[in-house]
Amino acid sequence: MSAADLAGGDGTGIDRRSLLRAFGAGSALLIGARFGRAAARPTLTAATATTLADPLQPSLWLAIAPDGAVRIWAHRSEMGTGIRTSLPMVVADELGCDWERVTIEQAFGDAGYGDQNTDGSWSIRGFYETMRKAGAAARWLLEQAAAKQWGVDAAKCVAREHAVHGPGGERLGFGELVEAARALALPSDDQLRFRKPGELRYVGKDKVRFYDAADITVGKAKFGADVRPEGMVFAAIWRVPVLGGSIESVDDTAARKVPGVIDVVQLPAFQGAPAFQALGGVAVIARNTWAAFRGRDALQVKWNGGDAADFSTEKFYAAMRETAQKPGKLVREVGDAAKALEAAAERHEALYTVPFLAHAQMEPMVATVELTDDVCRVWAPTQNPQGAQQMVAMATGLKPEQVEVHVTLLGGGFGRKSKPDYCVEAALLAKQLQKPVRVQWSREDDTRFDYYHSAAAVRIEAGLDGDGKVVAWHGRSVFPPIGTTFDPRDAASMPSAGELGLGFTELPYPIPALRLEAGPARAPTRIGWMRSVHHVHHAFAECSFVDELAAKAGVDRVEFLEALIGAPRHVDMSGTDFPNQGASMDEYPVDTGRLLGVLREVTTKGDWKGRNELPRGRGLGLAAHRSFLGYVAVIVEVDVARDGTVRIPRVDVAIDAGKLINPDRVRAQLEGSATFGTAIAMLGEITFENGAVVQSNYHDYPVPRLPEAPREVRTYLVASDAPPSGVGETGTPPIAPAICNAIYAAVGKRVRDLPVKKHDLSWS
Amino acid sequence: MKINVNGVERDLGNLDPMTPLLWVLRDELQLTGTKFGCGAGHCGACTVHLGGVAMRSCQLPVMAVQAPVTTIEGLSADGSHPVQQAWRELCVPQCGYCQSGQIMSASALLASDAQPDDAAIEAAMAGNLCRCGTYPRIRQAIQRCAGGGK
Repeated sequence: MSAADLAGGDGTGIDRRSLLRAFGAGSALLIGARFGRAAARPTLTAATATTLADPLQPSLWLAIAPDGAVRIWAHRSEMGTGIRTSLPMVVADELGCDWERVTIEQAFGDAGYGDQNTDGSWSIRGFYETMRKAGAAARWLLEQAAAKQWGVDAAKCVAREHAVHGPGGERLGFGELVEAARALALPSDDQLRFRKPGELRYVGKDKVRFYDAADITVGKAKFGADVRPEGMVFAAIWRVPVLGGSIESVDDTAARKVPGVIDVVQLPAFQGAPAFQALGGVAVIARNTWAAFRGRDALQVKWNGGDAADFSTEKFYAAMRETAQKPGKLVREVGDAAKALEAAAERHEALYTVPFLAHAQMEPMVATVELTDDVCRVWAPTQNPQGAQQMVAMATGLKPEQVEVHVTLLGGGFGRKSKPDYCVEAALLAKQLQKPVRVQWSREDDTRFDYYHSAAAVRIEAGLDGDGKVVAWHGRSVFPPIGTTFDPRDAASMPSAGELGLGFTELPYPIPALRLEAGPARAPTRIGWMRSVHHVHHAFAECSFVDELAAKAGVDRVEFLEALIGAPRHVDMSGTDFPNQGASMDEYPVDTGRLLGVLREVTTKGDWKGRNELPRGRGLGLAAHRSFLGYVAVIVEVDVARDGTVRIPRVDVAIDAGKLINPDRVRAQLEGSATFGTAIAMLGEITFENGAVVQSNYHDYPVPRLPEAPREVRTYLVASDAPPSGVGETGTPPIAPAICNAIYAAVGKRVRDLPVKKHDLSWS
Repeated sequence: MKINVNGVERDLGNLDPMTPLLWVLRDELQLTGTKFGCGAGHCGACTVHLGGVAMRSCQLPVMAVQAPVTTIEGLSADGSHPVQQAWRELCVPQCGYCQSGQIMSASALLASDAQPDDAAIEAAMAGNLCRCGTYPRIRQAIQRCAGGGK
């Protein structure tokens, strides 16, 4: 009985046949299903074992103990979105249990749960139905058990508030029904009944909000470095500053003299494309973190930078700009853009750049590994426990099912913690030292050895007719693709349809002549996905350019954008390679009606008309963008002091993300996105010199502090019955262009090259 | 070498006296509520109270600790400090990693100034980074403790 059989493997639902196979074919299998690898692994901890004797555990997702305690397994990683709360809320509501009696357990990395890589703003969209089924199936069992006991029709029995209620006022608590329910076969999908919206106590409401908040406020929440197996040693690793460079010699004499240092060992350099491999380097092993850091600082390493030793961002950005001026790979075409540009009454062209960016999540990378002959335990703040499981299995020579990945809370992720290179480092050291090891990255390590957000150059040219209407659009996007991290071949330097489909390909305006192209780039560094990924540069360019066009046309920006978006419709993407986040175009079309909807919501509730007349130095900026299948429009207000200092007193955000599960956490994500977008706009910039990253810590890679962050964020959630879209990343892309558009409105200076901090915005 | 942490006298034996307080708390005393963020005094994740004043424990050699230390674990016995309560009521945290430090800075501020104005809040909290962007709620929570706000 595998975990995959229990969960349906692909994560799309509970597979009825496998469940029946598991539960209907005799007690041995029944026990196997409950306490075999899949079911038992999440209950290995002592706490679970004692409170959950003889539970009703109809699937991987939940268990009910005879005392009525409910455990729900969260298989997605908690990095601040509230997902560890929100998906279990769906289970709890369908089950009809009291939230106060729910304990949430974090699932191990296991393919049985389906996809666990918590990225792509996919958790709700991907697992909402699965969670409903998990709750409804358990509820069905309890209702059947109660009906049997009372000798009544199960259809007349209702589970709510942690008990099943019968037609004659009978009542049996969930716990009291566990034993009887355990004997029943699971329902088929068509026997499941889902609650109507009016019957939900938690979903769509602000009752539950955030399970982990209580532990966080008292310092009990466990993050990556808060796990310490018996006998654990501490490691800090020196890595070659240039990707692909090599170590010539190591003098560890001084390092070994640092009190508390136990050993110094070398880790092999990665081979081929970096992908998720450990980078390699020199590890200092110590009795505590401080000694490990001091020992590492005392290492004398001679190294050479190899092929990348002359790489600099200055040259690289110049090359990208040049590429953006040349014809590229055709991505999407409507009509004849060249001809239409020739014929246009007026033409406007602009080139926008976004630098490399670091995730700079507050918790530096950290992983702990304990290895015995046949089991490897990994504790890590990972977005990608199955990826970690696979990579650690390769590093240790164990089978993936011998690798237990325990997911701690993540002190921020933003995409960085989808890459398990740091888990591999700890596994390699645990194997070499035959001791449990924690690898702790310093902030400097974290800044210098990130998987960076792609730097980008995006050029757009448009033609306007005599009425200021856009009649031609020619866009070109150039950036080093994420694919280059995994594939050394030249072909990988050209952005894929999947990467271009993040905000570039799906331009939603019905322009009669449209040509979109992409150009190649490759940089000798690890490129990775960072919150909102390529939507960051694509939205920055597009939403800034629209603002420029509105100014050129001399039309109010809201009216201009509404006219540009045109009538509500589904954008015709047929004939274009547009993966749409893997979602179907029928279920998740590019819907301009919804884009207009959020635009109207934010401009009405944010009082665009009433607030738009501002004195010099203050201004409003507007931007609207679809990403991760959701729609967001924002108004940003900036206050630019005479010395050029920018403050952001207010941001208004409207989102249409379809059906919402946990509205408070949606608001929190939008509030957070406003600050994350502010970091991108104002401050973020990673540069390379001689192949190495120049920045190292928050002094030279700053992120907004409280006074620099938007002071107030007003959020408007559009009610929708559409299927759920993403939320966590959807709020970020329009922020940077809206800030720059607001700066233009405030002081008449157009920022096309981020970050804003490089530009003099002073005025008199 | 001895230090007082959360009201308890702790003997540190012959630990390197230059060890930053942060690592003493985390690695020696297993008080892991105090977080490592930058090791350079930039981010505030390691904020504790030293004699009631907010300090960056990553910048404080343990030999310099001459006053009682309070960490997030010792701010209240049961999470009932008004700042902790306000934090939960407004559901301030997102990932939570910086929040111990935020709460320690906010509680130190409110202990010295029960009704801080905007400028005082900004000055006291500017040393605590939050990458998730919980800042608007942090402001609100502090204002709530000060008797104002929503």
